[in-house]
Amino acid sequence: MTLHARRRIVNHVALSLSILATAFGLFWLGWLLWTLLDNGLSWITPRLFIESTPPPGSQGGLANALFGSAILTIAGVAIGAPAGVLAGTYLAEFGRTSRLGAAVRFVNDILLSAPSIIVGVFVYALIVLKTGHFSGWAGAVALALIVLPVVVRTTENMMRLVPDSLREAAAALGAPMWKITLRVVYRSALPGIMTGVLLGTARISGETAPLLFTALNNQFWSTDMTRPFPNLPTVIFQFAMSPYEDWQHLAWAAALLITASILAINIVARILLRRARP
Amino acid sequence: MSTSDSATTTGTPPAPPGVASRGISLHPASSIPATAPAPTRHPKVEVRRLSFFYGKFKALHDIDLDIHDRQITAFIGPSGCGKSTLLRTLNRIYELYPGQRATGQVLLGGRNLLDRADDVNLLRARVGMVFQKPTPFPMSVRDNISFGVGLYERLSRSEMDERVQWALEKAALWSEVKDKLRQDGTALSGGQQQRLCIARAVAVKPEVLLLDEPASALDPISTQKIEQLLSELRQDYTIAIVTHNMQQAARVSDYTAFMYLGRIVEFGDTKTMFTKPTHQQTEEYITGRFG
Repeated sequence: MTLHARRRIVNHVALSLSILATAFGLFWLGWLLWTLLDNGLSWITPRLFIESTPPPGSQGGLANALFGSAILTIAGVAIGAPAGVLAGTYLAEFGRTSRLGAAVRFVNDILLSAPSIIVGVFVYALIVLKTGHFSGWAGAVALALIVLPVVVRTTENMMRLVPDSLREAAAALGAPMWKITLRVVYRSALPGIMTGVLLGTARISGETAPLLFTALNNQFWSTDMTRPFPNLPTVIFQFAMSPYEDWQHLAWAAALLITASILAINIVARILLRRARP
Repeated sequence: MSTSDSATTTGTPPAPPGVASRGISLHPASSIPATAPAPTRHPKVEVRRLSFFYGKFKALHDIDLDIHDRQITAFIGPSGCGKSTLLRTLNRIYELYPGQRATGQVLLGGRNLLDRADDVNLLRARVGMVFQKPTPFPMSVRDNISFGVGLYERLSRSEMDERVQWALEKAALWSEVKDKLRQDGTALSGGQQQRLCIARAVAVKPEVLLLDEPASALDPISTQKIEQLLSELRQDYTIAIVTHNMQQAARVSDYTAFMYLGRIVEFGDTKTMFTKPTHQQTEEYITGRFG
């Protein structure tokens, strides 16, 4: 067998294995989406968006949980993202080679891979135990801690993609460092940074573990963040495990809604990122 | 040291010979009468015993050099000889990177600009720089120019409009972009982008303009436009240019420094350098036998 023929065979084998591996991954994803659609789609009704979660055996919707999740997610991003963008800016612009920068980067990577339940228990000990009750704010802080490392990482990466020649050009005009960062680097990296924030949003919109210990849940419509706060993931957790069929149906619908919104956020993030690199 | 010397340079220097025929002439030397004395020396920037280090590596060795007022000084030499490094010390742009440092003196108007007590941003407003690759900011053509101007001057909207037009005219770009001032600067062609960068540097009215291979990424027509531009700008600005292109150095410059391995091998007026170089190395480099 010639060398060339052998290489062709090796090439074919490697390619086939890669395709199989891809198909393996896509198969489960497809199955998951199909199951969600199959079980959830028929329960998506206007009522979902109008009525709050019902007691077992009666009719109801998810309005309180949908609203609660939106508020928790927004609050979590509002707390976590600005800190993340600033920390990422420090890493990319000021602490690039410093020891503090290396330490922050390392700790951030640990936080990035920390199991979310640990974040939940941490905030439980920090806020819930101190205040004596579960609250929406505790949930928002837990979500913020999950958003933070995602935003730090993407912000640093996106700002590092801005070529140094652009910073030099601005510096050569006499611009101080903060103006270079604010007016030149941010402007170039903005779509990328927005993408990071959106990906962080997508990440927390389905998080359950940190909320179980912090926001808990609320069967009723609530706007009081200092009290247990309704949210979709915990509703899914409670309703799916319940023996009541109508609760299980609502859990399917909720799962489908969360998945669809995460998909939507990811698509928006992709579009933003594509615009960033023409 | 030579503060008295530079103090006398504030007056307008006599027009250098051959201004009119300069620019795109292929034989620059011919534009200077053979009998003309070396152009009168009015040092604008005096480099004294300048050494430069990238970490432990010494890239420049005790450079001594005068860059003359309202003249074009070209730096030539093979890659890695230190010409860009020398240019980058003149506005302290190297300070953006840790581990890079310079020793010695660079006097601008009698003051050592390497003195860290002096504000580096004010220095850079006086010594502009244009880089090899065009670096338009991701903003409109107008904002690209107003960015630098707004850093040190408070101008009204109409004054700024005037300044933008003035700078774009100086850079021979006005006629091409006057209807595109709101367009993104990055959408211009490569040659236009580079002229935008020159306009941006000129707009802040610096005293010295540093150009680091400004035409090396451009096509011949854009290159020609930029060279024409340089010979016009030299009436108002002191210009230092690094180039890999021997013909370009010969065409546009009044003085040429040939550098090799971090040292200045030969420095003199361009005509002499390109016709009767003193050093054999210079001659070999200029004629393409080495480098």
